[in-house]
Amino acid sequence: MSTLVIAEHDNTNLKPATLNTVAAANVIGGAVHILVAGNACQSVADEAAAVAGVEKVILADDAAYENQLAESTANLIKSISADYSHILAPATTFGKNVLPRLSALLDVQQISEITEVISDDTFKRPIYAGSCIATIKSSDSIKVITVRATAFDPVNAAGGSASVDSISANEVSDLSSFVNEEIAQSDRPELTAASIVISGGRGMQSGDNFHLLETIADKLGAAVGASRAAVDAGFVPNDYQVGQTGKIVAPDLYIAVGISGAIQHLAGMKDSKVIVAINKDEDAPIFQVADYGLVADLFNALPELSEQL
Amino acid sequence: MKIVVPIKRVVDYNVKVRPLGDQSDVDLNNVKMAMNPFCEIAIEEAVRLKEAGTATEVIAVTVGKSDSQEQLRTALALGADRAILVETDSLLEPLSIAKALAKVIQAESPQLVILGKQAIDGDNNQTGQMLAALLNYGQATFASEISIDGDSASVTREIDGGLQTIKVSLPAIITTDLRLNEPRYASLPNIMKAKKKELDVQPIDAMGIDTAPRMELLSVELPAARQEGIKVESVEELVGKLKNEAKVIS
Repeated sequence: MSTLVIAEHDNTNLKPATLNTVAAANVIGGAVHILVAGNACQSVADEAAAVAGVEKVILADDAAYENQLAESTANLIKSISADYSHILAPATTFGKNVLPRLSALLDVQQISEITEVISDDTFKRPIYAGSCIATIKSSDSIKVITVRATAFDPVNAAGGSASVDSISANEVSDLSSFVNEEIAQSDRPELTAASIVISGGRGMQSGDNFHLLETIADKLGAAVGASRAAVDAGFVPNDYQVGQTGKIVAPDLYIAVGISGAIQHLAGMKDSKVIVAINKDEDAPIFQVADYGLVADLFNALPELSEQL
Repeated sequence: MKIVVPIKRVVDYNVKVRPLGDQSDVDLNNVKMAMNPFCEIAIEEAVRLKEAGTATEVIAVTVGKSDSQEQLRTALALGADRAILVETDSLLEPLSIAKALAKVIQAESPQLVILGKQAIDGDNNQTGQMLAALLNYGQATFASEISIDGDSASVTREIDGGLQTIKVSLPAIITTDLRLNEPRYASLPNIMKAKKKELDVQPIDAMGIDTAPRMELLSVELPAARQEGIKVESVEELVGKLKNEAKVIS
């Protein structure tokens, strides 16, 4: 039994979600290998080789994998899949894009976004926006799995000394091609990696009012998020979205401001260690999951909070 | 250009789903059903492409029980020209659904297939990508903007750090994200007209595909409940609690 973890990276650095995915692979058991598919990405392979507990890194360094598009990446993984009982990737937009394609190429039913490993063929995963947790057993010969990063504590990024094997590009596809990317530049931590998150909902009333959250975020070293309602209303871009259809976060502290607490938002944050809700409607469902609830007008509470931090 | 839009009948997004008493599955007795919200966005995008003169025909397809005809009628009321139900009494896994959809698409040969990025019941986020693999089509998932340019489509995708634009050759699979468009409501005259549109029912058994389940559902339970919290009276009290009790800020 051995597991292949697909590294998430930007050709320079390994993304932290890879470490959580390796943690899930360790629970399954057996040897853990990491595939780094990218372009001019030796530094990522070196980083992956240093990850505690990893036996081997497979490096496919080729211009074809510069943007890790689904078609070529899935073909590449398929070409080395016969050696593995499990293939794992983080349940990020990268993993969610590539793994189901691989899964169909291998004629196996993917297991999406696991939150717990019960045994090498049995897993728990949330369904219906996390309203229920299903335990499922897979009978496929290769288990293709995406992993919810927040459900597994990351393994140590150092301490390992894996070998690095290079492989050539394989079955490169020209069905899709990269045009450009607009990656949001911010000095704040990334939403899924931040230890404190402060999110705004429809109650913020406008995108401009998000500066009230940003001021506090900067004092706390926090990331800024939003509910789907705030994204729908056009206050902030979609990459701020926390919830069933956005990002899943589980920081030490989550501050929900002007968020009513729809099921689909709770799905993205209810595993946070401490939850604070600030809302003027005392009946808002967000208070049912909050450790500390403050019934107040956010336009009074936020400046006051900012002052006291 | 012909567009196929696969859709899914799911529990309405306002319903809070609970496990059955014996935890063998979720309790779907007497709950309100609706079209999956991301599928509504897919239908809307296809209909807009038709209204813009880019597409000539929009075909809604679903794989499910006979009662899924209700959601196909909704799709017809929203502007689809005709509909196909691949009928099955079994609850199929995404891979089997993708195989059935692939058969329909091979028969229809559309230039574009648009579907929702995920269904809000199983939250799998798989069918579109699987369908693309089975058909050997390019894929553009989580789309927030689509423009058709001759024999390719330029698609802006919602990715974790921001936006990515890719070009994908047609025929292709596109899956929809939230901001792609805001779906319309069906008007009463259109709902009436939809009743007369063609809805073809095809039994899945005639397709010759393997739909045997690969996963066994062992149990369904409620997530661990959070400990009940408290209400604080002021910002000052809140900051005090966070510093001294929860110790999450300093």
